[in-house]
Amino acid sequence: MQCQICNKNDATIHLTEIVDGVRSEMHICENCAQDQGIAVKSQIPLNELLSSLLAVQPTDEELFGPSEKMTSTSCSNCGFTLDQFRKEAVLGCPYDYEVFEKPLRRLIKKAQNGKTTHCGKVPSKTSVGTKKQMKLITLKQRLDEALQTEDYELAAKLRDKIKKCETQSKTTDKKI
Amino acid sequence: MKLTDLSNDINEWFSGSGPLADIVISSRIRLARNLAGYKFLSRCSNAEKSQLLKKLRDVLMSLELGEKVFYISVDRAPVLNRHFLVERHLISRHHAFGKGPRGAVIAEKEFFTAMINEEDHLRIQVLKGGLQLSKCAEQINHIDDMIEQKVSYAFSPRYGYLTACPTNLGTAIRVSVMLHLPALKITGQIEKFFNAAKDMNLAVRGLFGEGTEAAGDFYQISNQVTLGISESDIITQFENVIIPEIVDYENAARNQLLSEQMDLLDDKISRAMALLRNAHLISSQEALFLLSHLRLGLNMCENMGASSPVIDTLCKHTRQGNKADKRQGISIATINRLFMLTLPAHLQLNYGKSLDATHRDALRAQIIRSALNQGL
Ligand SMILES: [Zn+2]
Ligand SMILES: [Zn+2]
Repeated sequence: MQCQICNKNDATIHLTEIVDGVRSEMHICENCAQDQGIAVKSQIPLNELLSSLLAVQPTDEELFGPSEKMTSTSCSNCGFTLDQFRKEAVLGCPYDYEVFEKPLRRLIKKAQNGKTTHCGKVPSKTSVGTKKQMKLITLKQRLDEALQTEDYELAAKLRDKIKKCETQSKTTDKKI
Repeated sequence: MKLTDLSNDINEWFSGSGPLADIVISSRIRLARNLAGYKFLSRCSNAEKSQLLKKLRDVLMSLELGEKVFYISVDRAPVLNRHFLVERHLISRHHAFGKGPRGAVIAEKEFFTAMINEEDHLRIQVLKGGLQLSKCAEQINHIDDMIEQKVSYAFSPRYGYLTACPTNLGTAIRVSVMLHLPALKITGQIEKFFNAAKDMNLAVRGLFGEGTEAAGDFYQISNQVTLGISESDIITQFENVIIPEIVDYENAARNQLLSEQMDLLDDKISRAMALLRNAHLISSQEALFLLSHLRLGLNMCENMGASSPVIDTLCKHTRQGNKADKRQGISIATINRLFMLTLPAHLQLNYGKSLDATHRDALRAQIIRSALNQGL
């Protein structure tokens, strides 16, 4: 097919517009697309990132890590399976993050630039227990970082804090 | 409130005001939220979706937003109206043409929209003209707090706000800034901008058009990482580092055009002017592309004191009617209006019925001709 603008080059870019059921098409070459200010998609849009991750790594082992044969597991709350996740790229219910925690962790890390722990706004209704749990998670993550950078002084301090935090939550648990 | 009331005017965020508005069109923040105790939408029956819709609709319609809000039943709206809402950036394409019971709550001046039953139970957004991310953040945070008084969000200590797709997990925030970067495009430096954005884990996409990216040199840049970095860190980074840097690049490219490539600039502007003032059929793509060059010329004339026979003609035109007031005749606001009002669904909604592509192109050309030949 020839480019509709220069009538010279092969049309490699095909634009479609559908408005109110009416479809109009435009077929142009890369040169003319450049001239027209139509930048060809040079980046993977956000919602396609996951499906591309899924498409590139088709097996469970490659996708979710070794020794994870989770295809038979399903969520007791919504019946969701990892197989469905591979097809739809969305989860079935909030509880799935727990049910499939291990296999999802790897994927989340990949999609979130290596991050696996929330940092930021917390709903005001969050219980004291959840807030403590979050503090503990953050402290443990900082401990990991300290150990990685071989900052043993900081690591020791963090260990003390974690211990204190853990005993505190135990005593509050007993009170309840 | 009817859509046709909106369709013959442009939204406040696109009126050409706000900080750095010659380059930064608008700032937007969107939050994704799901209700605790409900499945995500992919596992919900239509009855469950209706229940969620009613619950969230009641909550949102009762909020004190300081502005009238109206509700649109998206799944029942005519196709043309849905296209219109997408063109106006009030709802996503996914929401407009998705499945099952779903709705949108829209504030009258369009600064706030909520999508109910999009990919997540609730997505709320605040949109403002120019670079105003901190203001958007303040406002959306407040609205989110008000909603949370009435519902319980799905939240985990480790993963933060739980979303249907793990790519939105954590803060579930999407910060987007829309930019007009014609000089980077003309000087062939836009790829550099794409690559830099990619290195910083930012997503870039076009603002207008379908199946194409960046028609009319409008780009939307947004964060991709939502987990492990706080809302305020993301916003500060955008407002103080990323966006000012891109604005500097675009300004440098504009200066380069002025000092080294005046012929190229003159050529782009005169071609745009000649075609727009004389064409009788013009596609949406072509209009966006040519209006972009006029917008660049006007901005350079008004803000950078650019002068050449071509630019002077354009600027004389902007002062037509009233020498003391630049705003008479063609202004940035006029051009912005044309960008919006000549989009396919805007065109048809204002015309009152659907038109085929040729008739749309004729009507579009007519609107542009009359605006540029007489001033709007
Ligand atoms: Zn061509
Ligand atoms: Zn589930």
